[in-house]
Amino acid sequence: MNSIAKYFSDIFKGISSLWAGMRITGKYFFSPGAIVTQQYPENRATLKMEERFKGEIVMPHDANNLHACTGCGICEMNCPNGSIEILTDRVANAEGKMERVIDKHIYHLSMCTFCGLCVKTCPSDALAFGQEFEHAVFDRSKLTKVLNQPGSKIRKEAK
Amino acid sequence: MSEEIIKDVIVGEQEDYIINMGPQHPSTHGVLRLEVCLKGETVKYLIPHVGYIHRGIEKMCEANTYQQIIHLTDRMDYLSAHMNNEAVCMVVENAMQVKVPERVKYIRTILNELNRLASHQLWWCAFGMDLGALTSFFYGLRDREMILDIFEESFGSRLLHSFNTPGGLMHDVHPNFQNRIKEFIKYFRKKLPEYDQLLTGNVIFQNRAIGIGLMSKETAIGYGVTGPSGRGSGFSCDVRKIAPYGAYDKVQFNEILATEGDVFARYKVRMAEMWESMNILEQLVDNIPEGDFTAKMKPIIKLPAGEYFQRVETARGELAVYVVSDGNKSPYRMKFRTPNFSNLFVMNEISAGCKIADLIAISGSLDLVIPDIDR
Repeated sequence: MNSIAKYFSDIFKGISSLWAGMRITGKYFFSPGAIVTQQYPENRATLKMEERFKGEIVMPHDANNLHACTGCGICEMNCPNGSIEILTDRVANAEGKMERVIDKHIYHLSMCTFCGLCVKTCPSDALAFGQEFEHAVFDRSKLTKVLNQPGSKIRKEAK
Repeated sequence: MSEEIIKDVIVGEQEDYIINMGPQHPSTHGVLRLEVCLKGETVKYLIPHVGYIHRGIEKMCEANTYQQIIHLTDRMDYLSAHMNNEAVCMVVENAMQVKVPERVKYIRTILNELNRLASHQLWWCAFGMDLGALTSFFYGLRDREMILDIFEESFGSRLLHSFNTPGGLMHDVHPNFQNRIKEFIKYFRKKLPEYDQLLTGNVIFQNRAIGIGLMSKETAIGYGVTGPSGRGSGFSCDVRKIAPYGAYDKVQFNEILATEGDVFARYKVRMAEMWESMNILEQLVDNIPEGDFTAKMKPIIKLPAGEYFQRVETARGELAVYVVSDGNKSPYRMKFRTPNFSNLFVMNEISAGCKIADLIAISGSLDLVIPDIDR
């Protein structure tokens, strides 16, 4: 008798616990307002990343094609993975002195772990994080980028 | 392991059936291989094989400066990245005898608890999915998304946010930070009871969880099982209580303990910890003191020669960092005592005699993160 009672009580307990779970799923099934899924990539045009989003390293240039990088190499030194290479040149300035300027700021996106040490330690704030996050390419060599634009010069601060 | 089983291993009985679970089994949540010896459907013993994603993080630390080490610790236990960061930062700060601003301590503690919540939510999703309740996966991830959005707004990354740096934080938190946390707590206090209705009370789930994978308190202590898995066996091992760090000495909270020691006890401990984490957050979020977000540190950190040790409570247990310094800018030797390594090796003890389907429940309830074991 006892086992029969237990058998039926187990069945009812099972149904009631199933009902408790189904009530939650049913609630969301019939309330589409609770949908949180984003329709990516259809919403690409309106999709906006957070302001501080760590996408990739960029070097901001102003309208006159000037950047702030002095080629000091601190970012290269601080990078834990060797994803930054800096090639410098020696160029004569207006007074005829030889001056160290940046030739190429090479950034290997494929090696970058986005720790943010280069952006944080840059003494002249020449680097920043960009908003780009779609990094997939067909050729690995495309992940190696030169950050300073061709023909760009260092911005001379008015002292 | 009993003597009889050891004899079997050496001699190798004819009817022993040895199968590999993993390294690509979905329920191990990573590349872990369990060599399971079966008799029929019953597990006789199992041997975990680790090291499939060994990256040599401890060795890499010896070639990096203390600031650079931080981003490596993210990648050990990626679900409690912030706690791992904090452990290394605290070692360096204590060794240099730097006084960290109060604001930093408060923010770090808040982030710890947010990270713990996110980790436990993901565990809940995956545990439900392991036991056949796919719905829980979507519901848990939906709520975890809110925490990840808070992370993304403040640090720019969702999972591996190298936000700590020796001496403080990389930059100050976003102005919206407090409001969004309050918003999240208000939201999640309504959603957490749904978790219970959906899964905890379910009779199928209970039958698969209650009385499975019994771990006694002695076993937990013997194997060094810490975190919610150890506390599910009544082993009081919460570092936040034993040796408070950060702002944990300024908040009131309970250490969650259960005495049953089965899969369901470990489940209950984690569910109760989510409530407790929200209590801690509520106490801290309005009281963040004003001040600097970092202490003044030299650009090149050189620890004085000696040995340093620090332990913190991650979402999975006790993480300890041991540093030997010879006075250079990178450590001479760095050792991490990661919680998952101990939590994995207790599996042989607690799964002997259970069915192979229960093995999934047991490994799910231990909440293993494999990169933390291999590191």
